[in-house]
Amino acid sequence: MASVALRSVRKSFGPVDVIRGIDLDVADGEFVAIVGPSGCGKSTLLRMIAGLTDLTAGDVSIDGVSMLDVPASKRGIAIVFQSYALYPHMTAGRNIGFALETAGIAKAAIREKVTRIAAMLKIDHLLDRRPRELSGGQRQRVAIGRALVREPKVFLFDEPLSNLDADLRTEMRVEIARLHDELKATMIYVTHDQVEATTLADRIVILKDGHVEQIGTPKELYCRPANRFVAGFIGSPRMNFASVGSGGLALPIGSEPVAAIGVRPEAVVVQPRPGDLSARGRLVRVEDLGHEQLLYVALESGAANALPWTVRLAAGQPVPPPNEPVALGWSPAAMHRFDAEGRRIGGAAS
Amino acid sequence: MSSRLAARERRAAWQFLAPCMAALTLVALWPLGRTLYFSLTDATLDDPANFDLIGLQNYIDIATDPDWWNAVGNTLFFTAVSVAIETVFGLGVALLLNTAIPGRGVLRAAILIPWSIPVVVSAKIWQWMLHDQFGILNRILIDLGLVEHGIAWVAEPGLVMWVVIFVDVWITTPFMVLLILAGLQMIPAEIHEAALVDGVPWWKRFWSITLPMLRPAIGVAVLFRALDAVRMFDLSYILAGNGVRTMTISIYARNQLFGVQEVGLGSAASTWVFFLVGIVAVIIIATVRIDKRSAG
Repeated sequence: MASVALRSVRKSFGPVDVIRGIDLDVADGEFVAIVGPSGCGKSTLLRMIAGLTDLTAGDVSIDGVSMLDVPASKRGIAIVFQSYALYPHMTAGRNIGFALETAGIAKAAIREKVTRIAAMLKIDHLLDRRPRELSGGQRQRVAIGRALVREPKVFLFDEPLSNLDADLRTEMRVEIARLHDELKATMIYVTHDQVEATTLADRIVILKDGHVEQIGTPKELYCRPANRFVAGFIGSPRMNFASVGSGGLALPIGSEPVAAIGVRPEAVVVQPRPGDLSARGRLVRVEDLGHEQLLYVALESGAANALPWTVRLAAGQPVPPPNEPVALGWSPAAMHRFDAEGRRIGGAAS
Repeated sequence: MSSRLAARERRAAWQFLAPCMAALTLVALWPLGRTLYFSLTDATLDDPANFDLIGLQNYIDIATDPDWWNAVGNTLFFTAVSVAIETVFGLGVALLLNTAIPGRGVLRAAILIPWSIPVVVSAKIWQWMLHDQFGILNRILIDLGLVEHGIAWVAEPGLVMWVVIFVDVWITTPFMVLLILAGLQMIPAEIHEAALVDGVPWWKRFWSITLPMLRPAIGVAVLFRALDAVRMFDLSYILAGNGVRTMTISIYARNQLFGVQEVGLGSAASTWVFFLVGIVAVIIIATVRIDKRSAG
């Protein structure tokens, strides 16, 4: 097991800066998720830790030892790819054990180890099948088995669940969480899915355009997002935003230079009449999800980017009639405030 | 799907296929049938309208002709050796072109030049370069002091087949390179990276990953080349004429037809060539199992 440290890591492909100076410390045994929209450089960052992509500047170290001159195979890492990258002409069992074949380990020992790992991943009955005879989830398990067999110090996951359908994704998410609990291994997990990141990770790194927007626990990112980007990225349905001041909402926000506010959908309530903190709008759509209802309300003024606000309503709660004017309200504690650059102001919201 | 809809689609399919089938009948099926028919007769070229059916006599005559078996031996030797060398060279060059070396694009285009020159022209160029008195190759060897007199490359009985093979390798290695390169580029980069991270040494990556995943591509390339090689005519004929050392089965069949003017015998020889090509195709397809996709 090992710690991983990135220092001022940069990567440029020709004139394009993909990673613009990233510092990150991953503690021994920690599960860190790197999240961001597509094209933010998260996979490149992972590949640089793996040794598959060179750094333009900066340093990557594992257990305090610089890895700049260490080839991928000697870094003590294993990587699970989005495409699984299984060897298509080998059985699942040989796929898992292949790395050991050249390590001078006896065939019987390899077989025993492969069987043990396969049992742990519940694929011991599939070892004689080729990858094309396996389902997506089973292939993913084989790919994880291939990573496990080498007993790496650090596990790297590159969007491992993106090719799976929703049910399997949930199942494999639980599986990866279980593995992390059992192995106590350091894991770095790249995903564009904030749900995966918040459910799995001890800490989350939010990446955008090659630089870090915020690093923190899922709770920290949810409750105290450092800026509007993070606030909008973490949480589903996403946070509601509105501009304040001229052309926006008229709110009693004090003397600070607040340009916009954000309120999470579950903190918004439908009120009979407008209060201190409130906005007026028109109900445009209701989605009944069974366990809850989502109301979409187009604000009269101030809705940033003209996106309707989302209101979460418990199942069975009365819904106002469609296309009628409604008043939305929220408590001061639930209101996130942002300045003109999108940076967070103050410490409110819990 | 309703049965009426299915019937309509079947009818449409036949309509689309009809022109192609008519053309094939005209240019392939009919001549093939004619050849088969003539192979059972004693027709000659000077009076092709006057002949008798003589059964399988032509086939027996050819099968008992030592020249025929010499041609079969030459052809199989040429096919095996030239295709083997081309495959190894093609694989080597393809692997080289598949790595990110500077000037790869130019190299990839340049390598096609020998393949794009008509075989007759290539053969003539090499014939001149290999000429015993005026050839540039002998000039270089003499200037370097390696030989005293020019070597008669295509007149030397022990050399001529190797000269034919050499020129064929020069002409068709690019073809192999292209097909194998296409196969290489089908292998996802992540598979190589997975093996790289796993610490699999390069020879094992090549032997256990690249080569098995290339099998379909190499299989198709070998099949195409082998079928071409088995019916090879032009190269031997231009470089060595009717020389016994390089006579292929196609040259043998041509000699029976136009040299000896025996349409029946020539047709039978052509049919033998046809069978031989078929047998080689079946053997290769069975060996490399092209139909079974290994990369799936």
